[in-house]
Amino acid sequence: MSPELLRLILQATGDTLTMVAIAAVLGTLFGLPLGVFLATSRRGELFAAPPLNGALGFLVNATRSTPFIILVVAIIPFTRLVAGTSIGTTAATVPLTVAATPFIARLVEAAIREVDQGLVEAARACGASPFQIVLKVLIPEALPGILLGLTLAVVSLIGYSAMVGAVGGGGLGDLGIRYGYQRFRPDMMLAVVVVLIVLVQAVQTFGETVARRLNRRLRRA
Amino acid sequence: MPARPTLSDEPGAAPLIRFEGVAKTYPARRGAAPVAALSGIDLAVPAGSILGIIGRSGAGKSTLIRLVNGLERPSAGRVMVGDDEVSALGEGDLRRVRARVGMIFQHFNLLSSRTAADNVALPLEIAGWRRAAIRPRVKELLALVGLEGHAGRYPAELSGGQKQRVGIARALATRPDVLLSDEATSALDPETTRAILALLKRINRDLGLTIVLITHEMSVIRAVADEVAVIEGGRIVERGPAYEVFTRPEAAITRSLLVGEAGHGLPTGLATRIAPEPLPGAAPVLRLAFRGPGADAAIIARLARETGIEAAILAGAVDEIGGRPFGSLTVALSPGPEVAARARAFLAAGGVEAEGLGYLPPAVEDARVA
Repeated sequence: MSPELLRLILQATGDTLTMVAIAAVLGTLFGLPLGVFLATSRRGELFAAPPLNGALGFLVNATRSTPFIILVVAIIPFTRLVAGTSIGTTAATVPLTVAATPFIARLVEAAIREVDQGLVEAARACGASPFQIVLKVLIPEALPGILLGLTLAVVSLIGYSAMVGAVGGGGLGDLGIRYGYQRFRPDMMLAVVVVLIVLVQAVQTFGETVARRLNRRLRRA
Repeated sequence: MPARPTLSDEPGAAPLIRFEGVAKTYPARRGAAPVAALSGIDLAVPAGSILGIIGRSGAGKSTLIRLVNGLERPSAGRVMVGDDEVSALGEGDLRRVRARVGMIFQHFNLLSSRTAADNVALPLEIAGWRRAAIRPRVKELLALVGLEGHAGRYPAELSGGQKQRVGIARALATRPDVLLSDEATSALDPETTRAILALLKRINRDLGLTIVLITHEMSVIRAVADEVAVIEGGRIVERGPAYEVFTRPEAAITRSLLVGEAGHGLPTGLATRIAPEPLPGAAPVLRLAFRGPGADAAIIARLARETGIEAAILAGAVDEIGGRPFGSLTVALSPGPEVAARARAFLAAGGVEAEGLGYLPPAVEDARVA
């Protein structure tokens, strides 16, 4: 493989990592509170607001059921508004974030619903306010589950990021399509796939390790 | 409800917790009729006493205890803790009251993500204590429950009894006046249960804490409760000092809860043979209750000597309830006309209460030794 190709791969890997990292951070920033709210706003829960819960749930489902490639195209005006352009790596982070947020919200919601209601009751009995319950009980107790969810989200984002190549997003997917597919370069295609596999493996292993360390429930004397 | 003197009726024992005409109905949902969980609850718990509420699952005791710290709200009536009408407070004021009412749980409800020390620190953090003040208080609390060396352990590394000790330390953190115990020993083995109950009793004595505990086990009541309320179908069916309720149970549910307790119930083999009606030659079966220090089993010998009625002992137990001795003997009398009535009269004169349980048919009576 020529130094030129190596340079291209490194550049594309950097683009992918940047896009995924930004989308993951922003997606978590929006998705975590959204997930907490979805998990605590049904009837009789901490922040009971069933109509709002229903509306947000519908919005989340709608976003998640839209195929990503269609979402990318559909929100181009919004992307242009936020990023100033609809082409390139920066622009690609917008649809990635929009797709990641509801995904992460659902994963966070599921992790928080796993928390034993007895713990919430114990905290209430200690005089905790709903916000204290979220910060001191729900999130810390759900953290291992939330981290595994985020791992899954990042892996999915790596896959999604390959698709934004189709609209000029740059990154590994873009490289694979333009060089590997359109220019019939199997070596390039193979290199891209190998890098993606390594990335996903690394993310998965890292996420699982951290989650396991945090999961005190598995510890035994 | 049987009229019986209770501690709270005595002058000078000011009630700390009062239920006044409390009812709780869960609204109808999805075609299901509304559920009346509690009705007509009047209770007063004197400061510094231990009230045991006993009932089978679904009797309403869980709801009842949660009314005290406002985790549940009554549909009717008032719940008072000290001068606070808990049932009328908003969430903000309730949080203030909850700092004065600790609670422990059947499944401990400790945060798995926090160490023992940090679990105990939780209510203090919630109450806004400074970190520098929290540390010595947590140390003091862990020492109080006998967990000095376990501050840094996570709940998964602790035994059931140790977890409940952490739960107790957490419940006591903000120096409450009241401790609510929700089946706190039901998930523990008998030995650990005894240790935890002894700890609760000690806390009650040393800190003057008022304790309300719910349980389905009479043994728990016997070990710690001053007063008992028996609850069935959302109503209090019997209530009184623990010794009275144990030695003279009145409600059917109380008797059935007492089965298996020492001095109550019969060996199963015997219970199936006892007939309610006197057949010719059948031996009347009596249960004698020896209450208080004057009770003396030698009365059986005197019965034989002075009335000629022999009593064969079928089952018996001597036990203590709240530090007072209580003995029970189940005996089969020698068959004969009016034997049971004569024996009861003789025993009553000697200060021993006798209750007729039925009659043992003669054919099988001989087999009782085997």
